[in-house]
Amino acid sequence: MTYLDHAATTPMLPEAIAAMAEQLARVGNASSLHASGRTARRTAEQAREQLAEALGARPSEVLFTGGGTESDNLAVKGMFWARREADPRRSRIVVSPAEHHAVLDSVEWLVEHDGAQVTWIDVAGTGEVTAEALARALGDGRDVALTSVMWANNEIGAVSDLTALAAVAHAVGVPIHTDAVQAVGQVPVDVAASGVDALTMTGHKLGGPMGAGVLVLRRDAECTPLLHGGGQERDVRSGTLDVAAITALAVATTTSVTGRVERTARVAALRDRLVAGVVQLVPDVQLNGPALDSVVAGGPGRLPGNAHLSFPGAEGDALLMLLDANGIECSTGSACSAGVARPSHVLVAAGADVDRARSSLRFSLGHTSTGADVDAVLGVIAPVVERARRAGLGRRSA
Amino acid sequence: MRLIAAMSGGVDSAVAAALAVEAGHDVTGVHLALSQQRQQLRSGSRGCCSVEDADDARRVAGELGIPFYVWDMADRFAEDVVDDFVAEYAAGRTPNPCLRCNEKIKFAAVLDRAQALGFDAVVTGHHARLADGQLRRSVDAAKDQSYVLGVLTARQLAGAVFPLGSMTKDRVREIAAERGYAVATKPDSHDICFIPDGDTRGFLDRRLGESPGPVVDAATGATVGEHRGTHGFTVGQRKGLGITAGDQRPRYVLGIEPVTRTVTVGTAELTGVDEVRTGAPTWAGPEPTWPLSAQVQLRAHGAAVPCTVTVDEDGGLVVALHETQRGVAPGQSAVLYEPDAERGDRVLGQAAVLRAGARSAV
Repeated sequence: MTYLDHAATTPMLPEAIAAMAEQLARVGNASSLHASGRTARRTAEQAREQLAEALGARPSEVLFTGGGTESDNLAVKGMFWARREADPRRSRIVVSPAEHHAVLDSVEWLVEHDGAQVTWIDVAGTGEVTAEALARALGDGRDVALTSVMWANNEIGAVSDLTALAAVAHAVGVPIHTDAVQAVGQVPVDVAASGVDALTMTGHKLGGPMGAGVLVLRRDAECTPLLHGGGQERDVRSGTLDVAAITALAVATTTSVTGRVERTARVAALRDRLVAGVVQLVPDVQLNGPALDSVVAGGPGRLPGNAHLSFPGAEGDALLMLLDANGIECSTGSACSAGVARPSHVLVAAGADVDRARSSLRFSLGHTSTGADVDAVLGVIAPVVERARRAGLGRRSA
Repeated sequence: MRLIAAMSGGVDSAVAAALAVEAGHDVTGVHLALSQQRQQLRSGSRGCCSVEDADDARRVAGELGIPFYVWDMADRFAEDVVDDFVAEYAAGRTPNPCLRCNEKIKFAAVLDRAQALGFDAVVTGHHARLADGQLRRSVDAAKDQSYVLGVLTARQLAGAVFPLGSMTKDRVREIAAERGYAVATKPDSHDICFIPDGDTRGFLDRRLGESPGPVVDAATGATVGEHRGTHGFTVGQRKGLGITAGDQRPRYVLGIEPVTRTVTVGTAELTGVDEVRTGAPTWAGPEPTWPLSAQVQLRAHGAAVPCTVTVDEDGGLVVALHETQRGVAPGQSAVLYEPDAERGDRVLGQAAVLRAGARSAV
C-alpha cells in the first residue's frame, strides 16, 4: 500500500501510541478531588505545558477540544458572539474563501442564522493571503468581529505570513484566528511571536490520535463557549478531559515540532522528486499552489509534503479510483461527507477554472513516506492519466 | 469480469453486487448521485440517492470488501431524464423516466465511463433475466422490470449483468437477511425518484407553469370544462378531469393537444385501441423479419397482448393489436416480447408510442 494522503490523516507515532495505551489503563477524572483524580490532572497539565512549549504559547492559553473542527467552530462563533456582545456594531467577519469548511461553514451559519455579515479576502493565485489583501478587506475594522486566515492551506499547501496578518488586524483593533491544523509540525509556528489571538491545531495530522485537538486562545481574547457544563478549560470548553488522548497529543506534537527541520527536509525532497517525475511522464500536468521552493516569512511558502496537481482532460475522481485500484491512496481535495467529488473551492478561490479544479489530485507525503512510495506513483501515473482522459472524453460539459 | 456494481442503497442492488462478488468477479461499487439537492435522510419509500442511501450502499460495499465510490451524475440526470420528462409532458405525452434513466444514464453514461476506466460491464439489481445476450422477464412476474429495460440495445446489453432475474423479490430479501445486511428490510422504492413528495402534478406545475385550456367532448365538440395545463393529463385518465357530463357517464382522456392546449375526453367505448403507431424502434437483438408476430406491452405493469407488427415508410412500427386495449398514452414505450413460458418472455425491442386508436382511425 502506498499511502500518500497524510494531509487527511497520518499514522500515529509509536511513542504516542505507547503513551496513550499507558494512560488508557489508568482510572481517574481530572476534575475529581481524590488521588486518582489528582494524578489524572497532573498528567493533563504536563501535557498542556508540553503543548504550550511546542506551540510558543502559555499553558493557560492551551484549551483542549475534540479536534480541528471543534476548535474552528469555537473560535469563529465564540469570538464573534463575545465581540459583538461587547459592541453590537461588530457584526462583520473577514475571512478567506479558501478556508477549511470548518471555518467557512461556521461563518455561513452565523450569516444565515445570527445576523453576521461576511467580507471575503482576495486570495492570491498561489492560495496565499497577503497582508495587503487582508488590510483591504478589513477597512477601518470598526464593525469587524474577527478575522480568520488559515496558516497553511490543506489542499494546495499555501502558507501565509500570520505574523504580518496579525499586525494588520491588530492595527485596526481586530482579533485574528488561524487554522494551523496543517501547519504545526510542518512549518515554524510560534503563537506568541506571530501575535495571533487564537490558533486551531489537531492531533491526527501530526502523529497523534483522532478526536483530540487544541484551541490556543490568548488570555485576553474574548470567546463565548459552545459547550456548557463542568466549567473545564477556563470555562470556555466544558467536558471531562480525555487524559489519554491529550497525553498522546502532547507527545506527538512535541516529537513532530522538535523533529520538524530534519523530517520536512527529507519529505520535501521526496515531494520534489515526485513532482519532477510526474512532470517528465505527463508533460502537461499543472502544479497548483505556490512554487515548490517558494519562501514566506523566511520559511517554506508551501507545505513540504504537499503536491497538488491538475491533469487536464482527466477527472480527479477517475484518477483517484484508478490509483486506488493500483494500491496508491491520495485525494481529490477535502472529501465531503457523502463522498461526492466536487471541484475544489480552494482552487476556485485562487482563480482556477472549474475544469482545472475538477482535474486535480492531491498527494500529501508525511513521516512514513519513502522513495518506494514515489516510485510506485511514477510507475503507474502515465497509463492512469491516459485511461482517465479516455473516460473523461464522454463527459458533455464542465 | 471486472464489473461496476451500481448500488442505490436498496436491497436489490446490494444483493446483485454480493452475488457478483461471490461469482468470482472483480467488483467495484458505485453509488450514483443523481439529485442536485441531496437530502440527508430518505423519507419513506420515495425519493432516492439521499446521503443515507449512499451510506447504506457504502455499508454493504464495506461488508463485501469491495472499493466504493460515489459518481456525481446529477447534471446528466437533470438533462437527460428530468428535463426530458418535463419536455415530454409539455408536448402532451406521458414519459417513463425509469426507462430513460436506463437508456441514458445507467447503460450509457455509467457504462461508457466504466468501460473507459477498464471495466467490462455494469451489474445492477434489476429484476430481469439476461443470458447469452437475451433479455427476458424475471421469474417474479410482479417485480419484472424488463419493460423499463426494453430500450437497451444489444450493445448496451452486452455491457450489463442482471444477477436477480432468476429469483423472486422475497428470495432477494432472504439473501440480504442471511448476509446480515440492514437493507434487507428497507422498503421498496415507488414513484418517481426525483419527485420525492409524489406530487407529479405539482412538480410539473412548478416547472411548466399554468397554461389553461379547454376540455372538449369528442362526441359533441362542446367545451365541457377548463383545465390549468395539459401536463396534468394522461391519455386514458378518468379521475380529476374536473368536468360534469350531462349523461352521468364517466369520461376518459382521449387526446392531448399541446399547441391549442385542448384536452379531448370521451366515453369508454371511444378509448379502445387496436392499432399503435410508433417512432423508430431499438432492438435488443437482431432486427426481426416482417411481419412480426409477437406480444406487446404498452405501459409499466401492463399486460402484454398478442400483436402483428410491420414497419411504416418513416421507419416506425405499426402494431396491430389482437385484443383491444384502453388508454394507450403517447410517449409510453411499446415493448415487444416473444412469448416463452419456460425461459421467460424474451424482449425483442421497443419503440415510443406516437399515436394509438381504433384501426380505421389511426
